[in-house]
Parts: sequence; C-alpha cells; structure tokens
Amino acid sequence: MTDLTQAPAPAAKPKSGSLFEKDMRTKRRNAAESRFKMYGIAAIGIGLVMLTVLVTNIVTAGLGAFQQTYLELDVTLLESKLDKKGERNLDDIKKVSTFGYAPLVSAALESEVERLDIQTDLKPKKMAGILSKDALSKLRDYVISNPDEIGETVSFRFLLNSRVDGYVKGRVTRESIANDKSITAEQLDFVDQLMAAGVLYKAFNPDFIFGSDASDQRPEAAGIGVSMLGSLFMMLVVLALALPIGVAASIYLEEFAPQNRLTDIIEVNISNLAAVPSIVFGILGLAVFINYMHLPTSAPLVGGLVLTLMTLPTIIISTRASLKAVPPSIRDAALGVGASKMQAVFHHVLPLAAPGILTGTIIGLAQALGETAPLLLIGMVGFIASNPPDGIVAGFLSPNSAMPAQIYEWSKRADPAFYERAWGGIIILLVFLVTMNTIAVILRRRFERRW
Amino acid sequence: MNDMSRVEKTVDSKAIKIAANNVQVYYGDTHAIKDVNVEIEDKTVTAFIGPSGCGKSTFLRCLNRMNDTIDTCRVTGDILLDGEDIYDKRVDPVQLRAKVGMVFQKPNPFPKSIYDNVAYGPRIHGLAKNKAELHEIVEKSLRRGAIWDEVKDRLDAPGTGLSGGQQQRLCIARAVATEPEVLLMDEPCSALDPIATAQVEELIDELRSRYSVVIVTHSMQQAARVSQKTAFFHLGNLVEFGETGQIFTNPEDPRTESYITGRIG
Repeated sequence: MTDLTQAPAPAAKPKSGSLFEKDMRTKRRNAAESRFKMYGIAAIGIGLVMLTVLVTNIVTAGLGAFQQTYLELDVTLLESKLDKKGERNLDDIKKVSTFGYAPLVSAALESEVERLDIQTDLKPKKMAGILSKDALSKLRDYVISNPDEIGETVSFRFLLNSRVDGYVKGRVTRESIANDKSITAEQLDFVDQLMAAGVLYKAFNPDFIFGSDASDQRPEAAGIGVSMLGSLFMMLVVLALALPIGVAASIYLEEFAPQNRLTDIIEVNISNLAAVPSIVFGILGLAVFINYMHLPTSAPLVGGLVLTLMTLPTIIISTRASLKAVPPSIRDAALGVGASKMQAVFHHVLPLAAPGILTGTIIGLAQALGETAPLLLIGMVGFIASNPPDGIVAGFLSPNSAMPAQIYEWSKRADPAFYERAWGGIIILLVFLVTMNTIAVILRRRFERRW
Repeated sequence: MNDMSRVEKTVDSKAIKIAANNVQVYYGDTHAIKDVNVEIEDKTVTAFIGPSGCGKSTFLRCLNRMNDTIDTCRVTGDILLDGEDIYDKRVDPVQLRAKVGMVFQKPNPFPKSIYDNVAYGPRIHGLAKNKAELHEIVEKSLRRGAIWDEVKDRLDAPGTGLSGGQQQRLCIARAVATEPEVLLMDEPCSALDPIATAQVEELIDELRSRYSVVIVTHSMQQAARVSQKTAFFHLGNLVEFGETGQIFTNPEDPRTESYITGRIG
C-alpha cells in the first residue's frame, strides 16, 4: 500500500492486497468525487438562498400595492351645487368642475365627524385633505353617469391620499412628515380617530390590477390594468407573426433546405441573432417601423413587431431542436409508404415536434413579455397609460404602455408610494411569467411522446 | 447438377421485375457501389448478403430512390422497373415508392393507432373510396402481415405499444397496404428474437406469391431459408448472383466461398 505512493511498483508486478482496503488511488478518486458533489450542492444551495431572498423581498415590498386605504362616506349630492337650473341637462351638469364638488365632500366629512362624535380642531377643508385627489373626480364621474341621483345621499368609498395610505401601512410616520407640506400631524390624528371609528380601513384594491395609471400627484389611484392590455396586444402581435414565420422558417431549414454554404450562413446568423442585445432591436424598430414606415409611436403594434424580431430566433432555434429530435426512422417510414416530403413532415414529424415547438414559443413569449429595453426606444416607456384603449383596433394602434415599461416608469417617479406600486407590478408580471412557464412545462410533460 | 439446371430453367421463365445495369453509387467522393448488374425477378425472394459496409443496403435503397434523401448521394447507371428507368427525370420518387414498398431494419411504426398505421398509405394514395373500403384494405393488409389475429381487438391501440416482432409485422402490413409490386426489406429481422424472426420469415415466404421481395440480411441461414435467388456483395461489388442453392452449395467465386464458410466478413 505505502509502496505505491513512495515508489511506483514495477509494471509487471501484479497488484495484490485486500479488496476490503481501499488503496490510495481509489481514496483520492472517491475524495475528488465527493468534493465535486459538495460543490454542486453548494451551488444549488446558493441559488436557492438567492431565490428565496429575491422572492421574499419582492413579496414583502410589493404586497402593499394590492391593498389601499379607503374612507366610507355618505355624500349628499346637493342640487343647488351640481345642477342649479334643475333641468338634469347633462351639459349643464358637466359644467361643474371637480372643484365644485369639494364643498360636498367637506360637508359630508363634517357631518360624518359629528355623527361619529369625533373631537378635532381641523377645519373641514383640512379634513378633506386626507382624501385622494382622485376622490372628487370619482364623485364627478358618478354624478355624470347617474344624473338622476342628484339631490339624494349616496354612500361612497373614497381613496385616501398616498401619505395617509403610507401612514396606515406604516411607511409614513409622524417623524417623516416633519417637512412634508401635504400632510400634518393633526390630520394623522384625525386618521387615527376615523380608523378607530371603523369608517377608515385598509382593503383589497382591484383597481391596482385592473385600473389605469395615474399622474404623479395621485399614486394611490395608479393601476397596471391598461399597460396589461398593452402587453396583451403586443403578445397577440408576437404570437400571430413569430409563430407562423418561425415555424415555417425552421421547417424549411430543417427538412427541405439543401446543405450548402448559404444555409450554413443563415443557420449561424440565427444563433447570433438570439444573442443580440434587445436594445438593438429597439433602435431597429424605431428606424424601420416608426421613422420609415410611419407607424404610430408608442403603439402596441410597433412594440409587437419589435418583440417579434427579438423572439423569432428563440422560436426558430427551439423549433429546429424539436424537429431534429424526431427520429429519422419516422421520416423513412412515411417516405417508404410513398408519402411526399411535405406529407411526411406535416402528418408525422410536425405532430411529434409540436409540444417542443409550443414550449419554445411560450418561453419566447414570456421572454418578450418581460422585455423593457426595446420599448424604451419606440416610446412605450414613459407613456402614461391613463385611459384604457377603446376597441380592438385602438388596442393595437393607440399609444399604450406595457407591464415592464409601466414598472420602470413607476420606479423612477419621486413619490415613494410609486415604489410600492413598482414592486406590486413586478409581482403581477412574475405571476404571468410563472404561469406561462408552467403551461410550457405541462404541455411538454403531457404531449411528449416516447418511441 | 441436373437438378440445378432444371430449377434454373423454371426460374428463368419468370418475368424480370427490376433490372439494374452498370449502377454506380457515390457518397461524396466515396465510391460505394461499383458497376452492379442484377436482374430481380417477379414473385421471387431475392436475398442480398455480404459483410457490413459492402453496399447491399445502399443498393437496396437505390431501388426505391430512398437515397434521394441523402444530399451527397449520387447514382449513375440504369435501374429499370418493368422496363422504365426509375432515375429518369420524369419519374416522381413518391409515385415510385408507392409501387416499391420498403420495410426497415428497426421496426418504425408511426406513433399512431394500429389502424392508422396501416390506413395511412391507402389514405394518401386515395386507394379507398369510403370508410368501408378502407376497413377492408386495413384488414386484408393486417392479415397479409400475419398479425390480424393478434391485433383485431385493439386496432385503436398505439402501434408503438406492440412487441418488436409484432411491430415489424405491422410495418410489413403497412407496406403491403399500398399494394406495391416490389417489397424491399432492409434486415427486417435484425432487431427481432428467433421466434419473431421465424414468423416474419414465414410471412416473407407467403408474400412471394404476390410480390417480388428483395431482402437484405446479415444471416446467411436466413438467406438460405427464405430466398430463391441470392446476390453476394463485397466491397461495393456484386461478386456473385445466382440460385440460392447454388451459391450456398457450390459458389463460383472464391470470395463467396470464403464468406459463406465464415473465413471473411
């Protein structure tokens, strides 16, 4: 045993020794193997820890965006303020601006304070300061769509402004508002009293998921819904263009194209295209689709076209891989019974490759869904998606944002309340991506055939 | 010798189905088949034997132009099927392959039902006018493939779920469903156990009554059992072609003798 390490034994000498004792060489080999296993486990461990940290971080930071602070208030819609002529003429009602509604809300708050027997030194106008600027426009919208209810008392659930919301969620404290002109400590006391009375509370906020983006002044009213529609329309464009073009190109290259220098060059370049930074596709889209073809700026159609260019290589590569994975014996079998090449491909090869193609397409779509950089250059980042598109055509052609662009937009705005919304947006985006990838995995598991 | 000549005479009276004249095959720069001349008769089993890499499979694949799918492959010379050159520009290989069916080394049923496996050929060639006719063709083909009794109750089951021997007989049934005139078999039994091999060999003997069968085999015993004519290939050359009985008992060429006695190959 020790001989081996000290001086190499003569080659001809047969190895002897018990099988129950491991010689040095075996020990070294086993040690190397277990070391390697440890490295692997450590790598996986590090990855898992990072993933956990990331997910916890996102969830803790973003979950707040799904809840919002509300105040329930019974507002008397005074005819004397809203419709002086009393004719219920919609044009007259529309003449009253949101400022005209402010006294109504102040009065409602005042009477609510009296009803609940809350002691406060605040003037009614200051009291109304805890409400979101969105509240008045919500009230006005309601009156315009229900003019018959003027003169009655209607119960509303108003959003509170982002400072109050932050206070209820624990983001804003009395110390942090010392230099803040938009809210005072007295107002926070008032909020505490209202909360104790049960009319001010935190609740799930569907408008964050389905609503539209709001201006800098009203972070509490901002939602991701409209940019979600923007993403949806882009994905429709990508799916409608990238899937047929990508699959047709791969089938031709894989099954029909002759093997020559030209196809080699095409093949290499498709692989290279998959590695091109996405911002390059963005600037290409700007040059071709907007400057040359004069398609509308910020439109999901243009975004979809740019993302199609970006997704095509991914789809082509995965489609070719799944076509290659179909055993040649299936093609032989089809050709052997007298099928033409196209029949062999469409009747036999393509159905077998379909799960792989679908998986690749879904993963390509998921990649496109999360892409921000190319949208930067065609004007989808920075656009305030404040109104949902009216109709399908407008969905494709009218300016819109997209989910990742919206998140980016929120994250660069000043108000910390937008920061929370950016994280919330990331949660929604991740839910979409995880869902799409899960569908891809299920499809692969379900329809993958063994032969 | 007298017996032999009598057999030869009866064979000679049969029609020539495929005639190959001066066939050369190149894979790129490699000369794979050198100057092969052979006449394959109708309603006869012809066996191609020879060591690995001698070109027998390549030559077989020339007979229904399956080599067209290989880009670098080039074929010169004439191969006449019923007097028509199958490498003529006017010939569509798809039409040719309907006439010259093929069974491959590895059983390769489509990953579809047993029924669809057999019905596929007739469907794409429009051999059945309606469903009833298609059923008839499928049943007839499965019977000819000697597998009907085993699968008649589970025609909807996937063809890939059958055993290896059953799969190969299914592939034979699939090949005969298109009513070919010649059936090419590329080592059809190499992936099968002896029992399945015996079944397939029996089947080949039955198929002889309707088709001209060409079989490539590594097993000399198999060639001796199933074929009437045998061709011996060596290094791309057709060394000897003749009556199976004569090749195995009294070969003319010393190379043939060495091969069948086990000295080369």
